[in-house]
Amino acid sequence: MNPGATDQATAWSVASGPRGRGASSNAWRKRLEITFFVAPALVLFALFVIVPVLQAGHYSVYKWNGLGPLDNFVGLQNYVQALGDQIFQRSVRNNLTIAFLSIAIQLPIGIMVALLLNRRFRGQTAMRVIVFVPYVLAEVVAGVVWALILQPNGPLDALLDSVGLGAIGQVWLGDPKVALWTVMGVLTWKYSGLAIVLLLAGLQGVPEELHEAAQIDGASWWQVQRKITIPLLGPTIRTWIFLSMIGSLQLFDMVWILTKGGPVNATVTMATYLINQGTDRQQYGYASAVAILLFAISFILAILYQTFFLNRDAGEDKPRRKKVAR
Amino acid sequence: MKRTAALRAVALGAAVAMIATACSSGSAGDDATDGSGDENVTLTWWHNSNTGVGKDYYDQMADQFETDHPGVTVEVSAMAHEDMLTKLDAAFQSGDQPDVFMERGGGELKAHVEAGLVKDITDSAADTISAIGGSVAGWQVEGKTYALPFSLGVVGFWYNKAIFADAGITAAPTTMDELYAAIDTLKAAGIEPISVGAGDKWPAAHYWYYFALRQCSQEVLADATQTLDFSDDCWVRAGEDLEALVAKEPFNTGFLATVAQTGPASASGLLATGKVAMELAGHWEPGVMQGLTDDGLGLGENTGWFAFPAVQGGDGDPTAQLGGGDAWACSNDAPDVCVDFLEFMLSNEVQKGFAEYDMGLPTLPSATAFVSAPELAQLLAVRNEAPYIQLYFDTAFGESVGGAMNDAIANVFGSVGSAQDIVDATQAAAENA
Repeated sequence: MNPGATDQATAWSVASGPRGRGASSNAWRKRLEITFFVAPALVLFALFVIVPVLQAGHYSVYKWNGLGPLDNFVGLQNYVQALGDQIFQRSVRNNLTIAFLSIAIQLPIGIMVALLLNRRFRGQTAMRVIVFVPYVLAEVVAGVVWALILQPNGPLDALLDSVGLGAIGQVWLGDPKVALWTVMGVLTWKYSGLAIVLLLAGLQGVPEELHEAAQIDGASWWQVQRKITIPLLGPTIRTWIFLSMIGSLQLFDMVWILTKGGPVNATVTMATYLINQGTDRQQYGYASAVAILLFAISFILAILYQTFFLNRDAGEDKPRRKKVAR
Repeated sequence: MKRTAALRAVALGAAVAMIATACSSGSAGDDATDGSGDENVTLTWWHNSNTGVGKDYYDQMADQFETDHPGVTVEVSAMAHEDMLTKLDAAFQSGDQPDVFMERGGGELKAHVEAGLVKDITDSAADTISAIGGSVAGWQVEGKTYALPFSLGVVGFWYNKAIFADAGITAAPTTMDELYAAIDTLKAAGIEPISVGAGDKWPAAHYWYYFALRQCSQEVLADATQTLDFSDDCWVRAGEDLEALVAKEPFNTGFLATVAQTGPASASGLLATGKVAMELAGHWEPGVMQGLTDDGLGLGENTGWFAFPAVQGGDGDPTAQLGGGDAWACSNDAPDVCVDFLEFMLSNEVQKGFAEYDMGLPTLPSATAFVSAPELAQLLAVRNEAPYIQLYFDTAFGESVGGAMNDAIANVFGSVGSAQDIVDATQAAAENA
């Protein structure tokens, strides 16, 4: 942003000819202004993001229990240990599973509910509020409530019993084979609201005329959605997938409250692993190495996704205009 | 746009958190260095009796110490237990610890000693140390004493007397065979015999600790605490005993995810509300159960206690107990009067009040008579007769080894690990530590 802005300023000063001195002071002023407005954010960013990341990188090559000086340099041993640890490998697998399933489950739900809620009907606003409520609820509150609902012989089991479905009852959080799916269910409940609201907002950007034109051409409601609405929702969908992916990779609070990564590591994620095997055991060097790995994995996936999917939305919307013109 | 906004929010949150901790810990340690002698010294003291009579009692004791020692000001900070642990961790890392703080002994204390954070009180508090006797062992590192234990409890089975009586169990089990028989009887009566908070891991680990205590001789145990060598086959036998117990399926439904003490579905909650017959837990259990019932009584008159049963064929003493406790320690840079304060806290008078108010299990033998609750008195009798009290292994070995060990034990509860795996994981963590 910065160089672009000054280029423009210089170009303008050249174009305006003889009043060079005034223009250059103008450029300086612009630079000052930019510095003034950007600096606080940059300082905060450096202080609370860049510096901690660098510090973690520094700690990660030491064996350190948090007390006393950093004097036991171990090189990359912490990384080797983490990458070779079966539980860490499992946590990465779990994170990827959660990321994949979140998208595979929440996207169809999000699109369908958003399309429904976009039609005019009585109680539309109320419905929109209701689907968004889970997302607004504090994670900890929702987690505690779900833990109560899912406890053995708890409300969910009682409900299933009362409708004659007692047979499908499970030890929802206590069975290593079931726990990850239970957590997945709670996450779907919690986060579908975000997908729905984002997609609803995206739907507002789809021009009404296109629908009308298609209807005049005799397209059915389904055809309109499939051929017009969903393609035009592309940018929103891609943005939501990005948010969902990053959220899934860094998942911590809900899992911590529901299962602490258990039973027997069935629901461990990279973040719960980091707390459980790292900081709770006073292995700050090792915890830092795991944190750097988590950062690296999220960062690489984010960059890849940006490069391959988000870029077409980020730039000018020329390509899309072309498509429509054709 | 979204990302920067989010980052800013995070940064702001971090800033607020930092400011908050800065404010709250600012008072600690500031005055620690100003001189010895009794001339206008301030002692900062962190403790976790932050409610009710306990808080009032400690405030009174601080006042009394000030009266007895003119010029000394005791600055008391009472906080919730978890808060205190978190703040202590942070304080130790920054070297800002209060003058008087709680130590749980074992590997944690060892780490603090190695980092030069704790005062050696071997000579300055010699009289009190000998008055307390053997209980002080858990707070010694290489023959030197660093803290004075003021409360020491042992782990045993808490049970519901009414459920036992209804099922026709007349005597508390004293051997594993009797415990197994009781489990069968309870199951036949349609009652889940034992609750265990395996979701938190340490309550499950206590079982293995006790089996190890029964299988291993005192020599092997003492040796392992020093050298972290687990090659003796008694450690594997302990795991096999545990496998046998787990195979009996005595535990509450969903025990792998059950937490120890929070809420009615926790292991303590299940016992307090009569959903299970017993639970293996420490001396804190009646207090925890009282907090989990509406009437504030816990199991009330139905509260019963028996020691962990004897195991056939083990090398360990069947009356040895597993336990742990809390001790007062002085920061290395605290003024000398700090040691006087520790000795005052372990004086007859203070320990007696501590016992009378049910704040814990006093370590000073002369004060034990003042514990009023009958089941706690019974537990105290067992503690006092024990030839030795083994500190919880996870505390004794330190968090990094203890954590790996507890994980491996929890795996056996989930039937995804073996007796050998526990020993292997513990040994591997010890070699890595």
